[in-house]
Amino acid sequence: MCSLALFPPPLPSGQTTLCESNNELLSGTTTEDRLKLESSPLSLFFPRESLKLHCRTESSSKAAFLDHSETLWMRSAAAWRDGGFTGLLDEITNSNTEVPKWLSVSSGCTLALLRWFSSFHGSLFPHLTMSSEDMLAEFSQVLNWSDCVVRAFAWHPHTDKFAVALLDDSIKIYNPKSATTPTLKHRLQRSVAAVQWKPLCATALAVACQNCLLVWHVDPCSLSTRPSSGCAQVLSHPGHSPITSIAWSPSGSLLVSASPMDTAMMVWDVASESGVPLQRVGGGGVTFLSWSPDGSHVLASTPSALFRVWETRMWTCERWPCVKGRCQSGCWSPDGSRLLFTVQGETVIYALTFTDTPAGVPTCTSKGSQAAAVVADLSETTFNTPDGDIIVGGEIQSLAWDPTGERLAVLLKGDPQAADRPAIIAVFKTRTNPIFELLPCGFVQGEPGTEPRLMQFHPNFQHGALLTVCWSSGRITHMPFYFLSAGVPHFGLSGSPSLPRPQERPADFAKQSLFTELMS
Amino acid sequence: MYLMMTDCSVQVIFWRAVASIAWAVLLLPPITAVFVIISRFSLLHPIQAVSECLSFLTSASAIFSFILLCGVIIMVGFLNLEYYTVIPTIACSKIALLGQLLHPRQFVNSLGHCIMGIIVAWCCAITVGGRYETIADPCAQGDGSPQMCLNEYHLILLLAGAFVGFSHSLLGVIYNMNYVSFHTVQQYKYLRFKGSLSLVLKCSATQALYSVRNYIVVYFFLGKWSLSVHPLDSIAGLLDLSLLYHLWISASFLLFTWHLTLLLFRVFVTEVYSFPVQSSFTEDAHQCLPTVLTDKQPMILKFLALLDLALLSQHSPSRRSEVFSLSQPGGHPHNWNAISKECLSLLADLTQRLIAYHDTVATNGRAKSLSTGSERKTSSESSVPFILSVSPLTAPFTPDLDSPFASPALRRLTAPMDQCSPWFGTVQSPHIMRRVPKLWSTSTGEKSQALFADSQAHIWALEGLSYLVQSSFSEDQFGVVQTALPSILSCMLGLQEAVDRHFKLPHASSKPVRSASSMGDSTHKTLRFALRATLKTSIYRITTTFGNHLNAVKMSAEHRKRLQQFLEYKE
Repeated sequence: MCSLALFPPPLPSGQTTLCESNNELLSGTTTEDRLKLESSPLSLFFPRESLKLHCRTESSSKAAFLDHSETLWMRSAAAWRDGGFTGLLDEITNSNTEVPKWLSVSSGCTLALLRWFSSFHGSLFPHLTMSSEDMLAEFSQVLNWSDCVVRAFAWHPHTDKFAVALLDDSIKIYNPKSATTPTLKHRLQRSVAAVQWKPLCATALAVACQNCLLVWHVDPCSLSTRPSSGCAQVLSHPGHSPITSIAWSPSGSLLVSASPMDTAMMVWDVASESGVPLQRVGGGGVTFLSWSPDGSHVLASTPSALFRVWETRMWTCERWPCVKGRCQSGCWSPDGSRLLFTVQGETVIYALTFTDTPAGVPTCTSKGSQAAAVVADLSETTFNTPDGDIIVGGEIQSLAWDPTGERLAVLLKGDPQAADRPAIIAVFKTRTNPIFELLPCGFVQGEPGTEPRLMQFHPNFQHGALLTVCWSSGRITHMPFYFLSAGVPHFGLSGSPSLPRPQERPADFAKQSLFTELMS
Repeated sequence: MYLMMTDCSVQVIFWRAVASIAWAVLLLPPITAVFVIISRFSLLHPIQAVSECLSFLTSASAIFSFILLCGVIIMVGFLNLEYYTVIPTIACSKIALLGQLLHPRQFVNSLGHCIMGIIVAWCCAITVGGRYETIADPCAQGDGSPQMCLNEYHLILLLAGAFVGFSHSLLGVIYNMNYVSFHTVQQYKYLRFKGSLSLVLKCSATQALYSVRNYIVVYFFLGKWSLSVHPLDSIAGLLDLSLLYHLWISASFLLFTWHLTLLLFRVFVTEVYSFPVQSSFTEDAHQCLPTVLTDKQPMILKFLALLDLALLSQHSPSRRSEVFSLSQPGGHPHNWNAISKECLSLLADLTQRLIAYHDTVATNGRAKSLSTGSERKTSSESSVPFILSVSPLTAPFTPDLDSPFASPALRRLTAPMDQCSPWFGTVQSPHIMRRVPKLWSTSTGEKSQALFADSQAHIWALEGLSYLVQSSFSEDQFGVVQTALPSILSCMLGLQEAVDRHFKLPHASSKPVRSASSMGDSTHKTLRFALRATLKTSIYRITTTFGNHLNAVKMSAEHRKRLQQFLEYKE
């Protein structure tokens, strides 16, 4: 079931993918492409040099000041404030000339004991010893997060506006219907790992930061380009940082947030700024969250080889232990019945099916399948191109499924050291009704020397699917996939798409199917 | 009261309370055992202490005191049932709070807690043993004859129990501890209980610490007992570490058992109850959702019914179909009519309330600003920094209508001083005069809280209506919802307008300070924000579902304009 071998080969150097039309991916040369890109209002380019970066490191100012002899009490108070209990113990142990011997010895012993215990804990969950920046980079859905110019991207679920979080910790909001581009900055807005707009709301944007969660309220009619930090709600909970993932409920009422340092997942009622921690033993933290589009389930992966699927009516969960590594990424089918996920260290995509008992009957957990099925194998495949051999495949960084359930984008990590193993986006055609099917579509490539870092589908593109990709160069491009949606109609009313659209060739589907449920 | 009523829906509440009390009593043995171990344990003789604990636990006095403790827990449970409320009483001024504290009903409550505190403290004294065990000690008088003297260690523990019980009851009023709030996140009872347990333990320990501190101060000044053999009202007598430890442990034990009973009560009472939407038997009709919704009393049932409505509209297609169904025979959508009518009347009621409040504030402010213009000028001379901190809009909108002392003359007098109402408490006034009006001045924030005190009901009504309308798009076969769509939309848009206007009042949108470590529930302080967010989401839920079809719905031009904002995602 090796899947990539059936794909059309990658484009030769200098060609970039433009769109899908007539059931095939069209490409263009770079110059042609650039002209096209620059004419489109939503394609953006953030050169790295244009960002004012600040080198803020924590407690860096301490070393710049001379040592000042304070009384033991003052130093202890300062140590308690800065370093907590361990800081206090450290201070007492170090100032052994001023304190009674028994005190310094006992605090030294306590400190040693604490360190031994925390190292033991750290050996169980190695991620606990990382710095918070490293942790964000490790667990982010963005490829090579710490080096990214665009660190997070979010389309608004109902309108054509989006938010972009940049390397300099600012967030910009682009709206084609508005001339102003508000820039959001906040004292606490550091190391943004994820942004997401609140559904059924025009204003609220949730931002996952290093130490807290911010919810901005940006009035779309306002002409202000720099909303004040008073427009942001700060949500924080002791021990719940750094936050690597957030997810709004599709009904817009709740927000969940996850931190690898906290075994509890927080469920926030944003308006009243109250959070309920949902604690479960095992896993050592929560890294990635994804709320199913129908609102019934939440995927929560942990840093260990274990992930959970919560049902959102009574907030109970199913445990899914993995064999090899942690769950790296996941995405839901539009009706919320199927979950695709990938595991770190493996090159396959798994699927889980949830056949819900009618909601309303209060069942403990939804009855799911007993084991996940492998639906695609993306192990390394060599393609012969005019420019030489290119190896595509390997580990998967993230998954994205378009809202009609017909295109699945897979961001492959590649190998940054080897030139012939680029990071690349592989796109599959999918079908969820009447049976689940996976077919090859093609690779999405950008300008030479750039690699895709982050991708997201537009939530309500009228003429098929629209994939937005953020590249390592700082460019954001949008790739339309024109097709006639055959699946479930859009929620709400979109009417029939008006663009002249190419006819699909159903013969292709029959010939090249990679996975159908009939096989498994 | 509850036993008298035969309605079985009402009995549900009673039996839930009984179940919560039963659990509290069942949890009492392990808690008491832990308390015995903690209070008697000594580092130097661990084995001896454990064996002493075991022998004590099997003694007759231990069993007797345990029975007493069970009685106290049952009593506390029934007091919870008697005094709980789902709509918090918000005191808008200090005088109103004082009125609440001095209310005869509250007095009975305090007295009850005092007595129960003494009983628990007596049990603690028996448990801790040693010097605390008896009230009278044999002591030698001057002439050598043995005589019984007062054992002050025993007494101090008993009085501590009374004090902690009393302060618990007072704090209950101040922090609205009898207010039962409903959670947005539904969880099973056991998980909710487990999740809150550590918080309860922390709260009890800290509150016990503060209570003991206050008690020691009071005792130092008032505790003069001429009969005592070891007088304790000296600094040295009170700074006995072991005494302080035992006082704190006993107070923590007392508060923990009571708070646990309260927690269990809250968890059990607020559990979702599924009402049948319709019944085929007429004698059961009074238990059905539409009937319970329209009933006024008791409030908790109405709340549970609204919660059930919000959940069924969101999660349960089969029950929704019952709501949309037609009566047989007759073909009338009685269920939908009753539910939508009740929800709309709730929302209209809130809209009216907000408009009336806004009007009084506006007219009052205008009159006042005219009459007090000159006085403000004079007072501004004396306290310049003070006036500078106040925006010119603030003063006209400061309402003190409800205060019992608001005669026109007095109002004119206090108007410039309203600026030192609690919202300006951070500015320290040099004049003692300025502190006086604090007693009866009301703050807009608290008035706003009081206006939205029962808004949990409105939130569920909005959610229920909007989800039902949303699912009617595909599920409503007979079009019963369509007929009500214009009135639902205009009701929501009218409320939206009133809420928007209300939030433009000064301080209505300022966030309250949260108190994290207290058993009191501060949910009611943020209900107005939750309502505003739910209202917007609900309107968006309808507009995204129906889209441009809404242009065919009849409504006033003003509402159409507002709706257009929503259709364009500009609200």
